[in-house]
Amino acid sequence: MEFMSDIVSLLSATLRISTPLIFAAMAGLFAERSGVIDFGLEGKMLAAAFVAATGAYFLGSPWFGLILAIVCCVSLSLLHGFASVTHKGDQVVSCVAINILMIGLTTALAAAWFGEEGLTPTLNDDQRFFEINLPFADALRPIPILGTIYSDIISGHYIFVYIAYILVPIVYWVVFKTSFGLRLRAVGENPSAVDTAGIGVYATRYKALMINGVLVAFAGAYLSTAINANFFREMSAGRGYLALAALIFGKWHPKTALLACLLFGFTDALQIRLQGVELPIIGVIPVQFIQAIPYVLTVVLLAGFVGKAIAPRAIGQPYIKEG
Amino acid sequence: MVSPILELSNINKSFGHVQANKEVSLAINKGTIHGIIGENGAGKSTLMSIVYGFYQADSGTISINGNIVNLKSPRDSIESGIGMVHQHFMLVENFSVLENIILGFEGEIVFGKKLDEAKKNLLNLCETYKLNIDLNSIISDLSVGFRQRVEILKALYRGAEILILDEPTGVLTPQEVDELFKILRSLQQEGKTIVLITHKLNEIMDLTSNVTVMRQGEIAGHKKTQLTNKEELAEMMVGRSVLLRINKSPLKKGDVVFRVNNLQVKDDLDVLRVKNVNFEINEGEILGLAGVTGNGQTELLEALSGIRKVESGEIQLFEETISDKNNFLNPKDLKEKGLAHVPEDRQRMGLITNFKANENLIFGYHHQQPFSKSSVLVESEILSYSKKVMNDYDVRPQAPNLITSNFSGGNQQKIILSRELNKNPKVLLVGQPTRGVDIGAIEFIHQRLIDMRDKGAAILLVSVELEEVLSLSDRIVVMFDGKIVGEKVNQNVTDREIGLLMAGIS
Repeated sequence: MEFMSDIVSLLSATLRISTPLIFAAMAGLFAERSGVIDFGLEGKMLAAAFVAATGAYFLGSPWFGLILAIVCCVSLSLLHGFASVTHKGDQVVSCVAINILMIGLTTALAAAWFGEEGLTPTLNDDQRFFEINLPFADALRPIPILGTIYSDIISGHYIFVYIAYILVPIVYWVVFKTSFGLRLRAVGENPSAVDTAGIGVYATRYKALMINGVLVAFAGAYLSTAINANFFREMSAGRGYLALAALIFGKWHPKTALLACLLFGFTDALQIRLQGVELPIIGVIPVQFIQAIPYVLTVVLLAGFVGKAIAPRAIGQPYIKEG
Repeated sequence: MVSPILELSNINKSFGHVQANKEVSLAINKGTIHGIIGENGAGKSTLMSIVYGFYQADSGTISINGNIVNLKSPRDSIESGIGMVHQHFMLVENFSVLENIILGFEGEIVFGKKLDEAKKNLLNLCETYKLNIDLNSIISDLSVGFRQRVEILKALYRGAEILILDEPTGVLTPQEVDELFKILRSLQQEGKTIVLITHKLNEIMDLTSNVTVMRQGEIAGHKKTQLTNKEELAEMMVGRSVLLRINKSPLKKGDVVFRVNNLQVKDDLDVLRVKNVNFEINEGEILGLAGVTGNGQTELLEALSGIRKVESGEIQLFEETISDKNNFLNPKDLKEKGLAHVPEDRQRMGLITNFKANENLIFGYHHQQPFSKSSVLVESEILSYSKKVMNDYDVRPQAPNLITSNFSGGNQQKIILSRELNKNPKVLLVGQPTRGVDIGAIEFIHQRLIDMRDKGAAILLVSVELEEVLSLSDRIVVMFDGKIVGEKVNQNVTDREIGLLMAGIS
């Protein structure tokens, strides 16, 4: 029976760990489908985590923290747009600037406001999100398999987790079944076609970037006001890059990007589970190796399997009118 | 008196210091096909982009049906009944025909009822004008001719009464051109007004009832097509009389100097693009290679010039194998053996466009005397050489220190040509020598190629301009899907015959 409970906790952890990746990947999807590279998911996630924790601490509610994080991330996305859409700057450089700036700024502000290098005060229960037990979770638990899946794997997560999984079909619907989605995809493929159809290329890209800001804010807030009770230095820990990798691995499609996020989430859950565990024959693997698994997987997948991933054609290119 | 549906008066437009349109006035009558002809850079496309709302004029007015309109964006123009088929198609390649057409005119936030209505309307339009398009096909699966029809359908769906076509035939086979002209005539019969921008005189004579000639951003004149002829129009375009027929002395064929045996070449994606190709070229002969873009000509030319590996077969220069499966000589060695290459894509392969003209004029020979002594460039020699060559080849402006990208297409091509021809090569490989080159420079370039031939060089001319191949070549081979599908001695061969071969119908 221990094996069963291992599986259950592994799957439950996968859902939990994948959540910020899903938010960030969906955020990245909007930006990149519109033709704007978003390498800055990492920095924005970090900023959102800091702002959400700080906001929740001062205002007493994690919801206020989340709202402030959204405002912060939308601003950063617009800044990225201002540099790379309006002023046609290099999109990667703009993203790198945001990432580096946010590492420094969050650390420095935390030191200035709370006296501790890169830490915000621990939030109390009112200031952070709590886990939700779904209705009848306890009652249904005895049912074999289905009950376990419902009560022990699906139930008992933060609200973010549920939002994330509802989000993916909504993103799919917006991108493929609405006129905004059509324009979004067109502007990332051939902005001239959009321009000659009388639609603003910049306006479409800015709209995409605003949605991007809102979604990535959820990823950051989840880190500092849900699964953790404070912000700490560089707490995004490469999740922004991982989400981008999942997006590329998922070929810029919501469904496959979700699967990629789950895969990364699963390997991360696995490495946590494997730490310190004695395996047959091999023995205990040093923790550093185990922790490297998700990142090694990212490199292998990106290098080996996505050779045929076709990026939006106009990605990374500022739109310049030609006659 | 028919009233004009579209009237432009005193349009001016500048980009920086360049005045693209200068006091342009023009009236187009309803229900006519009106031609606008001029050399590259004469300002035709700029003018039509202003009408389409893509650019805004610095001054001047546009009236539609007698009312002055203010066209601030393509949206305004579309709503005023103007449609445009751009030279480079404005289509999203991985979208379906339907998605491309409704883009921007979806009429609803979430797809549903309006989408069904759109489908019905489009089917009706296809029926009326016999466009024969499947709305669900993906653009990247369609031939160039069909993509153009999608553009026409798109404009019609958006309610175009005036349809502007910018150089519509540049990428089409002769048969596709026929189809296009049929469609345009049927549009005219339904009362649509068509503006045809072109630099091809034949099209003007075939299709239009009125023609406006532009030169250097200004109107050079308006004519009724029936009351003019090609020679007069060409003279108006260039500003001086132009030789439309090339004077060619009779063929003096020498030995075979260049031979290709069973050649196979793959492209970068490992797809076989040249399939079992055989031909030979004699001294004093121009061999024309015709074909629609993308049928393996590019890969063939690259293999012949030593910049692409040969998959199998061999290439021989003076009976010596220069390239086969196992090894190939690089362009530097080939140059020394007397082979010169004018690449198809001059900006990417022929020039370093942000270098100065004099650097490009000697590039490839820069390590030789007198340009270089003990590995140091001798600036004074390079400069005096450049001045002389630019004078010989009539490169304008004659400014050796000017950055190459500031020269027009024709003058850039002359820079390459002078570099490659000045060493008197025995074999000359030329790709698209006059693509994007104005008519005056075309005449000059053609004459130089003929001169080389008369001096005994063996020339391979690869061109998608059928007219060019027909007028220069002594012998013509046609390439389709990587294979040579026909060979004709250039006497009494018609563009129809070659066209059928180019389309793979034979």
